[in-house]
Amino acid sequence: MAKGSIVAGCLAPHPPHLVYADNPEQNEPVSEGGWEQLRWGYERLRESLKDVDYDVIVILSPHWQTYVGTHFIGVEKCSSKSVDPVFPNLFRFNYDLTIDVELAEAIHDQAKSEGMSVKMMTNPDFRVDYGTIVSCHMVRPEWDKPIVSISSNRSLSYYSVEVMQEMMIELGKSTARAIEESGKKCLLIASNSLSHRHFVTETNPPEDMSKEHITSHAMHLWDMRMIEMMRQGKSQQIINEMPEFCEQAIAETDGGALTWLLSAMGVPSEPAILHGYGTIIGTGNAIMEWPCRNWGA
Amino acid sequence: MTGEVIKSLIVPAHPHPVLCPEKNEGWQRVRDAYDDARKQIEESDADLIIVYSTLWPSVIGHQIQADPNPEWVMVDADFHDLGSIHYSLKIDTEFAEAWNQANIKRGLESRTVAYHGFPVDVGSVVALELLNPSNRIPAVICSTNVYSNRAETTVLAKACMDVVKAQGKKAVAVSVMSLSNRMFTEPIEPHEDRIHSLKDDEWNRKILEFLSEGRLEDVGQLSRTIHDQIRVKKVVAFKPMWWLSAMNDNRNDLTGQVLAYEPIHGAGAAVVVLDPESNGTGDKEYDEDDVEFYGGDRNVLESDLEEPNGNVNSGPALYDPVEGANAVNTSKAPKPVGAYPHARREGDLIYLSGVGPRQPGDNSIPGGPIKDSNGNPLNYDIKAQTRAVVDNIARILEEAGSSLEKVIDVTSFLVDMDRDFSGYNEVWAETLGKVGPTRTTLAIRALPTPIAVEMKVIAKV
Repeated sequence: MAKGSIVAGCLAPHPPHLVYADNPEQNEPVSEGGWEQLRWGYERLRESLKDVDYDVIVILSPHWQTYVGTHFIGVEKCSSKSVDPVFPNLFRFNYDLTIDVELAEAIHDQAKSEGMSVKMMTNPDFRVDYGTIVSCHMVRPEWDKPIVSISSNRSLSYYSVEVMQEMMIELGKSTARAIEESGKKCLLIASNSLSHRHFVTETNPPEDMSKEHITSHAMHLWDMRMIEMMRQGKSQQIINEMPEFCEQAIAETDGGALTWLLSAMGVPSEPAILHGYGTIIGTGNAIMEWPCRNWGA
Repeated sequence: MTGEVIKSLIVPAHPHPVLCPEKNEGWQRVRDAYDDARKQIEESDADLIIVYSTLWPSVIGHQIQADPNPEWVMVDADFHDLGSIHYSLKIDTEFAEAWNQANIKRGLESRTVAYHGFPVDVGSVVALELLNPSNRIPAVICSTNVYSNRAETTVLAKACMDVVKAQGKKAVAVSVMSLSNRMFTEPIEPHEDRIHSLKDDEWNRKILEFLSEGRLEDVGQLSRTIHDQIRVKKVVAFKPMWWLSAMNDNRNDLTGQVLAYEPIHGAGAAVVVLDPESNGTGDKEYDEDDVEFYGGDRNVLESDLEEPNGNVNSGPALYDPVEGANAVNTSKAPKPVGAYPHARREGDLIYLSGVGPRQPGDNSIPGGPIKDSNGNPLNYDIKAQTRAVVDNIARILEEAGSSLEKVIDVTSFLVDMDRDFSGYNEVWAETLGKVGPTRTTLAIRALPTPIAVEMKVIAKV
């Protein structure tokens, strides 16, 4: 069996506003559009991945928050309605997705063998978190690929960003090893924004783009710094600066997804492609792609 | 109609007492305490259960559940292996809508949610499942805003009490929360459960000692310290005590009863009942900011160009300045709000009527008004208002043949000393402060128009 591989890693933020603005048939609310800069960014990402052959999407979302280790969905067919508890007016999405339980268990087992606290989620009533659904939908709206859904272990809350990163670096390595042994071609998604200070009021309609902007100049500077480092292949520097970034930009990367992704890709020095940047209720969001498939052995 | 909170509860959020109390003696004691609290509610004349849950975080202000019958199957994000809870709740939608409107009236960002499939949080589901299993009493559920501070949380409770009183409710207020919330980060066997650390246990017992003595407000005032000491920094701080204390008039002489205190996966799980009857110890002073309206971090979406222009045409009637012996009036100063002149000359002194920042002609307020026509607080610029006051004073003095340089005494009035003194003082130093008149600055409740500062001036001719 050929070795499995990561065909691409993506930073794919999950604000429900993007699905809302796209008006897919699965989502109940209807919009007049909005957040086009980011939705066009997702279009460019989809175009970039259009001819790429892969078997499964592996995603880590900060909206399945677990405090007792890292969890993996272990139910093959997941079908229900996902309603965002924060923005229920924007996101009420009827989903029907397939989990690659075999690969999920392989990553779980690999991580467990290396001493991590992990758990398979096998309750059929479990609802998939909206972060996973939004990012997967924006990357692959056809929903024709199985996914591996990984929870966000909130080790940050218990310890520190540094400890969180240590754990996520190990989880990333376990993920890469399990993928390699699985023989599968995988697309990896870190589902999070960058700076994450929200507005606490909402426009009417929510897609009124005349009111959308970053919450502060400091947040903008941090976002641009992180994007530039990604574009220049400075993955290790991103990891090094993550504690300051998380603290000063209230960054959603505190959930560990970006660190996990960088680790799984081997902390690449190759540059990432910026497909789009924009703000959503004041938070900074970048759509990035690391085209691992082009990097050679 | 005399609505009131007839009982307050602090209850844990974990699903264990619902799904598997039999697996651990402590979990069973928590379940038994929940059952005891349920009986106390059933034996009271309660007609509403108000739930404030730390497990429903919100970003856009506060959200209030307004679906008359939320139904779904709840699975805990961590403890999914314990099973599912099918819930079907009965919500008092009339109260929910009224609370939402009361929030808005008090300056809060607020909205109701009523969507099929909305994921009612595990804390609310557990609390209502155990306290009100037959839905005999309608409930209302409110989120916890991740950014809210004590002032905002206090106003939220006051808005809630506005409706409790207006609708004559006999309400049970429920805070769903852990005490210490540090759980074990690895799976444990039920028999291995214990409070995560001795330090957490000691803090929990101190909190419960206070609560058993009815000292709810003391716990509220210690909230930030408690959060620093024994709370994992999840999205929501130790805010429920602020809310619950404000629901009880920030009292310290309630009658408290701790029905259970046990570990659940390392966290501190307590069932506490607080009755409004005084325990006879006498109340303590309340020394926190007792805010009535929330005027904090709001309207952040508004750009400078779209700030209210300060027109106060809807304010009190304006008068032409009264003419008379020694009166000094000018069209370059704003019209008075009563029958008096801009100034009056007596001997070699000029006495000015109180001067505010309103502009002659369009009556606008540089820096913006302090509230809109509905009384909702607005953000405003005290420096701009103060400069405008000084400019108006200068115009009146010029009309009287005097000038700012001849001002000898000033009495200033501020409607919000804490917020505005610094900015006002800065402008003073740049203007009248260089002249050197004597000055007295007073905090007052309000001025006739929506302005923040007014000055009463005496000058030489």
